[in-house]
Parts: sequence; C-alpha cells; structure tokens
Amino acid sequence: MTQTTQPPSPPALRLRGITKRFPGVVANDSVDLTVDAGEVLALLGENGAGKSTLISILYGLYQPDEGTVELRGQPVRVTSPAQALRLGIGLVPQHPLLVARHTVAENLALGGGSGLFPARGVAGRVRELSGKYGLEVNPQARVSDLSPGEKQRVEIVRALMRGAQVLILDEPTSVLTPQEADALFRVMRELKADGRSLIFISHKLDEVLAVADRVTVLRRGKVVGGRNTAGATREDLAEMMVGRSVDFTRKRTDSAKSETPLLTVRNLTALGARGLPALRGVSFDLHEGEVLGVAGIAGNGQSELVEVLAGLHASAGELTLAGQLLTGNAEERFRGGVAHIPEDRIHSGTVPTMTVAENLALRDYARAPLARGLARDLAATDTRARQDVEHYAVATPSIHTPSRLLSGGNIQKLILARELNGSPKLILAVHPTYGLDIGATDQVHRVLLERTEGGAGVLLVSEDLDELLSLSDRIGVMVGGELRGPFPVAEVTRESLGMIMGGAHPTVVAGADQGVVA
Amino acid sequence: MRFTALSAPSAARAAWVTLAAVVVALLLCALIFFFYGVSPGTVYGTMLRGTLGDSTGLAEVARRTIPLLLIGSGLALAFRAQFFNIGAEGQLLLGAVFAAGTGLFVPLPGPLLLPAMFIMGAVGGGLWAGIAAWLRRLNVNEILSTLMLNYIAVAVVTYLIAGPWKGKDVRGYIYTDLIPERGFLSVVPGTQVHWPTLVLGVAGALALQWVLSRSTFGYALRVVGENPGAARYAGLSAGRVATTVALITGGMAGLAGAGEVAGIHHRLLEAGQISLGYGFTAVIVAWLARGNPALCLITAPVMAIILAGGDLLKIDLNMPFRVVDVFSGVILLCLISSEVFVRNRVTWGNGQAKDNTGSKANG
Repeated sequence: MTQTTQPPSPPALRLRGITKRFPGVVANDSVDLTVDAGEVLALLGENGAGKSTLISILYGLYQPDEGTVELRGQPVRVTSPAQALRLGIGLVPQHPLLVARHTVAENLALGGGSGLFPARGVAGRVRELSGKYGLEVNPQARVSDLSPGEKQRVEIVRALMRGAQVLILDEPTSVLTPQEADALFRVMRELKADGRSLIFISHKLDEVLAVADRVTVLRRGKVVGGRNTAGATREDLAEMMVGRSVDFTRKRTDSAKSETPLLTVRNLTALGARGLPALRGVSFDLHEGEVLGVAGIAGNGQSELVEVLAGLHASAGELTLAGQLLTGNAEERFRGGVAHIPEDRIHSGTVPTMTVAENLALRDYARAPLARGLARDLAATDTRARQDVEHYAVATPSIHTPSRLLSGGNIQKLILARELNGSPKLILAVHPTYGLDIGATDQVHRVLLERTEGGAGVLLVSEDLDELLSLSDRIGVMVGGELRGPFPVAEVTRESLGMIMGGAHPTVVAGADQGVVA
Repeated sequence: MRFTALSAPSAARAAWVTLAAVVVALLLCALIFFFYGVSPGTVYGTMLRGTLGDSTGLAEVARRTIPLLLIGSGLALAFRAQFFNIGAEGQLLLGAVFAAGTGLFVPLPGPLLLPAMFIMGAVGGGLWAGIAAWLRRLNVNEILSTLMLNYIAVAVVTYLIAGPWKGKDVRGYIYTDLIPERGFLSVVPGTQVHWPTLVLGVAGALALQWVLSRSTFGYALRVVGENPGAARYAGLSAGRVATTVALITGGMAGLAGAGEVAGIHHRLLEAGQISLGYGFTAVIVAWLARGNPALCLITAPVMAIILAGGDLLKIDLNMPFRVVDVFSGVILLCLISSEVFVRNRVTWGNGQAKDNTGSKANG
C-alpha cells in the first residue's frame, strides 16, 4: 500500500485476466492481481494452485493464453527472462542458480558485466547495494562456500543490479534457518521502503503476516480471495487458503472400516532430500477397509511417508502389513500387496513415450501371464490392456497409443487400472485427483471406496481438504515431519485442519483425543 | 522461425529428417571440398565408383560393414538405455587382444579355437565396458570413462606387441607372430570379407532387436532409458540394466575385434591398423538407426561406403587421410542438430511483432 494520497498512479504491476492452459488442466484461470510500488504482496496457495505458472508468466518463461501484463500502466509482453529483466522484473528462485565454483563477483558479472574483466567492476556495485539494503555479501567469496541464505542474498543482489523494480521471491524461506529468514525479512522491508514492489511466495502463514502488506490467495488456478494483512490472523489466512466449497457432500456414506489393523507404523523416521529429518517418529495404524486421509502443507513429510511405505525411501522404524514385516524394494512390495498411485503421474507413474499397453504392464511385465521366461507375451499384454481400458473406461485411440497423448484423467485411470490389478491390500494414493475434471475425480473416488469394501486400506494423501473430508474415515495432519492425529473425520472441520496445517497445536481441536503422536 | 513441439513424432518423420540430415551433411562436405580445391562432383564420383561401382569396391564396403554392424547394433541398444558408450574403439581393441592371445597361447584343437577366440573376444570387450559400468555406479560419467578407456586400450595393445607378445620372427616390426592357421576365419575368395563374422553381425543385430522389443530385459531397458523416475517407482534397478547393457555392447565390440584378428590380420598389431576408427564411426551408425539395432543393417553399410570412399579419396585424389573424419564429424553434427526437427514442427514468420510495446515501456 502506498502511503501517499496523490492522484492515483497506476500500480507498479497489474495482471489482468491471465489464463494459461496446459493439456488437461487450467493452471491459471483469469487471474487478476496488482502490486503497488513500495508494497509486499504475498501469493498464497497450495501446490498446484497455479503460483509457479503465474511466476513463470511474469518472468517470461511462459506466454499466457489470455490476459495482459501491465507495468506502471503500460501493457508489456514478457517474452523471455532477459526481457523480464530489461523491463525491471527480477526473480529470486527457490533454489539458487549460481555457478558454485565461481566467486560471487564472477557470478554477478555473468550476463550483466562487460569488458575484459567483468568481475572487477562488479565488486563496487555489490558493496553499494550491500550497504544500502543490509545485504551482507562478500564479492570475493566462492559460491560453493556460501550458506543457503548467503546464496539467496547473491540472487537478490543480482536482480537489483539488473535494475529490478518488481522482485519475485519464490518460497525464499524454504531453504533458510529462522535467523536467516529474519534477516531476509529485514532486507525485504528495506527494499519496500525504497519503493520497490515485492511478490512473496510462501506456505508459512506467520511469515506472510510478518512481512506482507497484502495477500492474494490462489486456489486451483483462480484468485479466491485477497485482503490486507493488517488485522488479519493466521486463522483468517488458513480459512482463505483452504477455501469453502459450496457443493460439499460426503461421498463416504457407509464406512467399511473394521477394527483389524492392516498397516501398523511405529516410530518411523527418515531423512529428506537435503539430508534433514523429513519424518520424525511417525506412528499410526491403518485398519482394514479404512480410508486414512493425510493432510498437510507440501514439504512436511507426506511424500517421504508414502515413499517409505512404497519401498522407495530408506527409513528406520517398524512397519507391518497384515501382521507381516513390510520390507523389500518397490517391486517386492507391490507383489506383497502395496499399490502406489504416485504424486507425479508423468515423471514416475508412467513412461510417456511408451504405449498404453506397455504402461499397463509396468508392474508385472516380467511375470506370467505377461511373460514366458525371458520373452514377453505381447498378445497376453494386449489382451489384458484391452480389458483394463474397457473396465476403467480409459479414453484412448488405441492401446498402442503413447500414454503422453492421453489427458491427465485418462493417464490417472491407466495408473489406477495397473495398480489395482493385483487386488492390493494397501493403496497409497497421493493427490489422486489433482488436475482431474469432475467426472474423472468421481470415478477415481468411487474406485477407491469400492476397494475398501473388499477390505483394502487406503492411505489418501491430498492437499484438497474437501477430498479428504469427503472420503476419509480418519484424517491425520503432517506438520514438520510429525503426524498430528489421526482424528475421526466427525471431529475435524476444514477450518480446524487448516489451523493444524498452519502449525497450531491440535489441542485447539475440540474432541481431539489423541493429541500429538511423536 | 518458431518451433512447436509435436506430441507424437512419427517414424516416417524421423526417417525423412534423418535422410535430410545426411543430405545436408553431404552438401556441407561438398562445400568443404570446393574450398579445398577439389570439385565436389569429382569427390563424390570417385567415392561412388570406387565403392559401389565394382566388385573390389563392394568387397571393401562389406569388409568395413562387418565391425560397424556388430558394434553399431550394440551401441543402438546402449543409447536406448541412455548409456552413452563412446568407448567401443577400446572395447574392440580389447576383444582383439583377448582373441589374439587365445589364438597365440591356448593350444586348442582345430574346431574349438575359432569359437574360443570369439568368446574370449566378447569377454575382453565386455570387461572393458564393464569397468565403465562399475565406475558409473560410483557416479563417474560413462561418456568420460569409456572415452578415456580407449586410450588405455591403445596403450595396452602397444605394450603387448612391443613387449611380452612381440613376435619372434618379426625383426624390427612391432606385432605378434601369426596365430595358427586353424584360427584363420574363411573369407570370400579374393577379398578380406570374413563372411562368418558378417553372418554373426546380421544375427546379432536381429537378436538385439528382439531383445529390445520382445524381451523382459528390453522392456526394463526402455523404461530405464525413457523415464528413470518410472523405473525407480516400479523398483527396476537402473544400475543393473546399465551394467548388463554395457556388457552386451562391449561384448559386441569385442566380437568385432575378434573378427578383425581372425578374419584379416591373423595377429595382433598396432591399434590403428586393427581398427580404422570403427568404434567411433559405429556411434553414427547407431545414431542413424535411431536406437534400432535392426536398422543398423542399413546404416552400417552406408557408413561403410563413406569409410571406404574416404580411403579412395586419399589414394586417388591425394586428399589428407583425415577426410574421413571430416565426413563423420559433419554427419554426426547434422544428425544431432536434426533431432530438434524430429520433435518440433517448424513454422516461419515472426512472432516478435508486438515486442515494440515492451521495449517502449522499458525506455
């Protein structure tokens, strides 16, 4: 918010009706957004809400299908990152893109310097910016020696050196310690005071309240709300983020949940990608015929939990399935009754260049009836593929069509068909309906619920609280690698889940009998 | 010029683009010859007449086709698994070393010696590629390791022929004695075409095509090559696939080395004489075949024509012997660049017209 009361000047940046479609999904749907000079706007939304696409459009990586970008009232076309920088739009990426073996000055000179020794001229400018905004950066340091926070400051300096008036910070605190994050916020306030516009992307509601002037919330590609942060509480933001659905009906009408434990998880720990603890002692039971929902903001250990159960991720702790220790690699676990509908249906769920029939054979291509000895039985593969395609109503021109030509919903049906072929005991379903239309969503839900009637247990990981509330018998929330709950579905609401996801202690949830399981 | 990604590039499109890339490469080479001072017409005329024009020429093409086919079909498989083996030259040499060593030092009765030489040749080549596969498990890039192992292989050959294996009756030359005559492979009379190896090559190419498209291993190989994420998800071991593929391609190159020893040289001699750069040219053979071993039945003779034709250029037209490398290099560059045309539709015209508004706002 500008503090002046001069005649209204155009906002530093305005997006009007930005729409971007990808095959099978509308990533941005008529997004309107403004940022004023000297303002910090927080962009809030779950994974898949369309934040990344919007940033990519602003930074010239994608072209919008519809809509316009205006800078200080002038419509512009951002055709490339270089063009974005010329226009004064800078991006501080989530993971720094720096040449590790070079010094800070050399990195900053890259693409911006001139002359025979570009790095020499840079140092002075770096010190000037450092002093002005409190960005402590040593130009002579080698990037490989820097901490994540220092690397991020280099990225900010880089953007400022290229004249960025609008600075986009993509989940800047995800790699920072709390102290480093505080230092970043001080820099952000300095930049704001200098009249620059900042777009701040974060999942963490406290941070948004601490540093942003205004917040815009995206959900499923649409702007679903926005407000000033002054006077707002974390609960207000959580509520906007998880949204209110008008057509909320519970699909799980009669539960098939029994009291027989199917999967027991005891004191499970695992390290994440950066070697930091991703699971910190998770324990729970999943019963036969139960749908256990797992909510949580992305990056709180949900992915690791599923990967550990699927045999894709090393862990410590005890796992049993139907009374037996659960061990082995992914292939052995699948044979042991663990089906896995993965988070990323393109990069791990299917081989997009292979045909529908081949993709349907991914789990058992090497076993009878799809193989005899070392030879695949192509006729048997095709026969079963035809049955699967028909049974799950996969819309494909032929079973010999490459799976990448299918829509997201049909790829998901393909995965469902393949994973449920062996009558699994445990179904790990991660965002199973993400990006699907209503029809495909219904079908996926129906199939999962049908399986529970046969005694299978479903671990449903989703960022869509409506989906969790509609299908689950109990819901747990992953927060910082720990599982809160699980709570019987009747005892939680969208609002209470949102608050636990945001870090509030679950004792605030009325009737929660289990507290924190650690 | 704008590129629009095609959702499903057809096989026909790939074939046309490949053909066009070769034509462009030949035109570029023509330009080079023109500036070198030789009429391109003369060059290509000489090459065609000397290779396809008479039986001697055809024999020369066939002789070069043999190792190219064996190695190329193996490499085609490796490239499908994203195992970039650039070390077939060294694997061929190790195959030659093992085959010659078997011939020289293992007293086997007549009918057993030749099969033993070929088997040991495959073992030698496989071993050499196996080193790279093992290093890859330690996160050493196989492009670098296989490439550098080539130089070690050359040094091994040189050491052996100048040192412990140096022939007793060869005076100042550095090569080994001849292997016993029962280790000689039969040839088409009057030529150096050792046809049993050619038969082996054809059978090998067809067998590898079967492996790729019909076997369970071929399926795993394609999953690993086309989507490592899906391979991990399904519990396929990418390391095991890469190792197996390395052993197969190395083994194929080793067979080629054994063939050159048993069919042509009958002894181990200098690396440059055993292989006329087959290991490198076979990379192009495999690339032209776009990862289909069976298609090497076409692409190996094509590259053999260029190899044999290039030799004629230095003899008939006094051109430098590196002329063959110029050919190979330009063709490979054109092929790699042509990849973008297989995957994208190209439209001409400018999509930048509205950019002025952007620069105006900037200024």
